[in-house]
Amino acid sequence: MATASTQTRKREAFGSRNVFILSAIGSAVGLGNIWRFPYVAYEGGGGAFLIPYLCALLTAGIPLLFLDYSIGHRFRGSAPLAFRRMHRAAEPLGWWQVLICVVIAVYYAVIVAWAAMYTWFSAQLTWGEGNEEGFFFTDFLQSADVAEVGVSTDFVPQVGLPLLVVWLAVIVIMALGVKRGIGIANLVLMPLLTLMFIVLVVQSLFLPGALEGLNAFFAPNWEALADPAVWASAYGHIFFSLSVAFGIMVTYSSYLKRKTDLTGSGLVVAFANSGFEVLAGIGVFAALGFMAQVQATDVAGVATSGIGLAFVAFPTIVSQAVGGSIIGVLFFGALVFAGVTSMISILEVIVAALQDKLGWGRVRTTLTVSVPLAVISMALFSTTTALTVLDTADAFVNSFGIMAVALVAVVVVAWLLHKLPTLQAHLNGRSSFRVGVLWKVLVAGLVPLVLGYLFVTELVAKISEPYSGYPTWFLSIFGWGMVIGLVVLALLLSLLPWSGRSRAKDDPEYDDFLSDEHYDPDPETDTVRAVAPERGGAS
Amino acid sequence: MTPTAVVMLVIAIVTVWGGLVAAVVNLARHPETADAEPTPPSEL
Repeated sequence: MATASTQTRKREAFGSRNVFILSAIGSAVGLGNIWRFPYVAYEGGGGAFLIPYLCALLTAGIPLLFLDYSIGHRFRGSAPLAFRRMHRAAEPLGWWQVLICVVIAVYYAVIVAWAAMYTWFSAQLTWGEGNEEGFFFTDFLQSADVAEVGVSTDFVPQVGLPLLVVWLAVIVIMALGVKRGIGIANLVLMPLLTLMFIVLVVQSLFLPGALEGLNAFFAPNWEALADPAVWASAYGHIFFSLSVAFGIMVTYSSYLKRKTDLTGSGLVVAFANSGFEVLAGIGVFAALGFMAQVQATDVAGVATSGIGLAFVAFPTIVSQAVGGSIIGVLFFGALVFAGVTSMISILEVIVAALQDKLGWGRVRTTLTVSVPLAVISMALFSTTTALTVLDTADAFVNSFGIMAVALVAVVVVAWLLHKLPTLQAHLNGRSSFRVGVLWKVLVAGLVPLVLGYLFVTELVAKISEPYSGYPTWFLSIFGWGMVIGLVVLALLLSLLPWSGRSRAKDDPEYDDFLSDEHYDPDPETDTVRAVAPERGGAS
Repeated sequence: MTPTAVVMLVIAIVTVWGGLVAAVVNLARHPETADAEPTPPSEL
């Protein structure tokens, strides 16, 4: 019986190291690279921002990426199982990360749906020249004020139907599994995304005024380097951009073969992510330079980020440029592909956690996870108040979800459990780029300091005045209530016992791995197997 | 574009994309080794 279950429950794996790297890049390269980085860099001193940016990448981003890889690969499990195997009491950290992914997945899908609709709109300039802003907020989203109508239940079909299609597409990818679903999707989408983006950037560079845009983007403002807020924003950006510390990289690296060059792969992922950001900065600011010239203003007057950049500024550029439709289709198509590859990585954190916990098969777990998430996503984000809920959930889960769990996790792993030497040895046992004392100092020292500073700054900002001026009742549910709820729920989930069929109790692959690597046996998986024959003998 | 902006553009591209090239070259010099995992008992 044991043999039969072992055969069917072999842990999933990526087809090769390169597929893993592509998938990890696909996860790291998301909407933030395209619509957030260019503006953060521009605001933070333009060309001078490169210095804090590279510092943040080398001293926090890459060390944290290595930490995630080492946890996932050493303990070979989804976030909750990996942390449980590290120490029983650390399990809630994993569930906290899983729940953060639940929140992000629910709203991330709707941005992908908007971008998909805008790919279509771009082809025919549906919004009508000069009406880009009104079209997005009034015609397309039919945005209502949450202070007046409460959380709306009015269905907006032009958002709801594409949202449903996005969910169906990602559910199919997830159900196909790590190798055939996630791996193949990234193998197809990532080269396509890169190609589309390069074409987009080249085309933007030929727009009149493009060089003025690049000048605004790269002209260094050295004074900015004296401003601590610029350094904080560089660290904050790198941290979100690399998708570290909320379970994704832990989960993905658990699907790697035993002998894999972890740090060598991590360096490729980190620099590819940054390379994509620089490319996006060039493309976005070339296009904004054109927009400024058409509107006879300077680049500072049109520079923006996020939803305003993607769904107001870019449609304006598409309307005004010669061959604008091509730019629009490439830009929004790139957003869709970058969004889908990130979204499947976010969902995988949840699916993998439940697979480990329940010992269920791929399809059953995928459906159990995705269908309720799709329903919640449809209920909250295909209505007229979607934008407000999204904005609030995003702001709070970033600061008090991702940033908070990262801070707690590095403190627990480095200072309470003293696991850095173990993880360092694991990385060095199989990697081309060896990590030393400096890595431990950065992870245990600099990273918690920076994260602590960012966390406190956010806490002060969000307590001192209501976020975006939204009503208090609304913020206490979708902001504060949600982030506190995640922690409470994570603690409760950790109290649920793991069944005998779960990987926490029965994982012969993990036992073999531990013995081959001469690591200490796992008390839980090992106990079950050691005890079983005795029972058999006694009866 | 001003000369300083051009210089910063070049430095950004050289450091970030140069870093990517260096990382890829490093990885290519350490190819994936044949896995030491036990082969499945019954291979078709």
